[in-house]
Amino acid sequence: MADIERPFPPGHYPVIVVGSGPGGLQVSYELSHHGIGHAVLSADPGPGGMFRHWPFFQRLLSWTKPYAPADRRTRAFERWDWNSLIAYEPELRGLQTEFMDGSSDFPSRPEMEASLTAFANRAGIVVRYGCRWESTRREETASGDRFTLVTTDGEYSCEHLILAVGIAEPYTPPSPGVEHAVHYAETRAAETYAGKRLFVIGKQNSGFELASGLLQWASRITLASPSPAKTSIETRSLVGVRARYVQPFEDSALGGGVDILSASLAGITPIPGGLRVDLKRSDTGMPVSLEADEVIAATGFTCPLLDLPELGVATFGQSRLPAQTAFWESATVPGIHFAGTITSGAAGLKKHGIPSYSGAVQGHRYNGRIMVRRLAEQSFGISHEHPPIELASLLDHLLAEATGGPELWHQKAYLASVVTVTPDDGIRDQGILPLTHFLDAGGPDAIAMTIEADGEGAIYPVAYLRRGGKVEEHALEPHPLHDYEGTEYRRHLGALLDLIAPGASAA
Amino acid sequence: MATRDEIAEALAGMTLFADLTTPQLLGVASQFEEAFFPEGARILRQGLSGSAFYVILDGDASVVVDGTARAQLGRGEFFGEVSILLGEPPTADIVALRPLRCLALPGSAVEAFLVDHPRVLYRMLQSQSRRLRNANRAQS
Repeated sequence: MADIERPFPPGHYPVIVVGSGPGGLQVSYELSHHGIGHAVLSADPGPGGMFRHWPFFQRLLSWTKPYAPADRRTRAFERWDWNSLIAYEPELRGLQTEFMDGSSDFPSRPEMEASLTAFANRAGIVVRYGCRWESTRREETASGDRFTLVTTDGEYSCEHLILAVGIAEPYTPPSPGVEHAVHYAETRAAETYAGKRLFVIGKQNSGFELASGLLQWASRITLASPSPAKTSIETRSLVGVRARYVQPFEDSALGGGVDILSASLAGITPIPGGLRVDLKRSDTGMPVSLEADEVIAATGFTCPLLDLPELGVATFGQSRLPAQTAFWESATVPGIHFAGTITSGAAGLKKHGIPSYSGAVQGHRYNGRIMVRRLAEQSFGISHEHPPIELASLLDHLLAEATGGPELWHQKAYLASVVTVTPDDGIRDQGILPLTHFLDAGGPDAIAMTIEADGEGAIYPVAYLRRGGKVEEHALEPHPLHDYEGTEYRRHLGALLDLIAPGASAA
Repeated sequence: MATRDEIAEALAGMTLFADLTTPQLLGVASQFEEAFFPEGARILRQGLSGSAFYVILDGDASVVVDGTARAQLGRGEFFGEVSILLGEPPTADIVALRPLRCLALPGSAVEAFLVDHPRVLYRMLQSQSRRLRNANRAQS
């Protein structure tokens, strides 16, 4: 393709977005909504990011329910639709429902890719495809840092860099003989494992996805990692192996040919006719050995941040996630922002051990919206209206947010619906904000409404009340049908609201 | 800090985990999650429920009660266990004095972890006893 036909030639842009998966598409859409000029660069030939290839067995872990109890062109529908990107225009909402063949509430990979492509096309998102970011320079200027991206197409510079490059770099931890293993990303077609003894390193979803998909092909499957595997049903959160991949557990429990071990890998050695896998049991330290024909390392992925750590971007954990502020900016290099799955590096409170759902579209699509809104306010002088709320409708507003607010349901104890109360300005809807920001930034009297879960099965609203600069936490009762708009809730929340907005309970 | 082996090695040098074997340390490294907090960030918040147990890998943190700094914690030291053991929200903020790397274990997993690792429990009890003794001395 001649360069003249391609968008975003090398040069200077106020904002550069790298990546054209769900995270990159969402932030480009949001930037355009605010009228902020930006370039989107992607190494891929088209939109979709990881969904152009994965999951390996071609069906998602995240559901969309076309007949959920909300119109698919509304915000309320987002609670039931984990896959569509979010939009201000009704016709761009709930697009995933158009691309489902009725065989499952979990869309297939091609259906997800089609939905993302449709969003990009209909929203008019422009991307320079086939342009690979290769290295970065950081220069200090009077007005802040400027970043230069060296790409396969030339040099780009910007003041604000938004990286939506996924957690996409295959990672295998060092172990003796691990070179005899292949990474999950290199798994072959299922039928090529027919009759093979398969050993899988790792007991995360990717390991169990392989085990599920290869049950009918492999002769034996063994999975091992140092700590025990739990299912999402046991943890009552997205922590653990999803129910979609639960079959190997039953198989193991019934002695059907799958073995799930808590052991660390001591080594992999070639032997005649295969590989010997040596393990050490986590509980007793005793050795265990087995023979396998193939070893697959389902050991996860890291963030492809290239040279950014050398420029000062602090990272942590096995995935090398960048450390971030509450608004998904690098905690150590201002001006570098993150979107998409990488935003799981802004951990939030992790109350009761439950992480944010930023590692999935249903969580990070909101992070992208809030991050761009913040960037627009802080760096582009764009102010947002904070609609007034009548005292008489404050209680209804907050209980409706708790019962149906999709941001609160998908990002439990992470995103909050915030209302401020000041003598001068009255009651104002501040919209959806990161909960840690509300807790730590201080400010006028206010209330932040969240939905939280205790990891033991209860889901309930929590109101954080800020009074005189101090924040108190008030958990409301769970409800068997998750409907928080009844009399008891009105009484409880009303009494709290009266503390900052006298008379609110009388509504 | 990133790999499980590196974390296990760091744990081996800490009093709390000094009695564990290498496979046990690797197990601990995979049960705990690494967390990073920039300078000034709050790790525990006074009065807020649902927090975790933390072990400091690198950095320093301040124990702040009602806005007043009361103590300082460094590498190998831990916090969050009191509120988990008592089932009550923390009675102090823990604030990063400089970039802080920790390992974190969710509150709900702490009891099972300590029961599975009695030597860690014993070391924790020793540390708590030392804190109690010092507090008593300070008061007398």
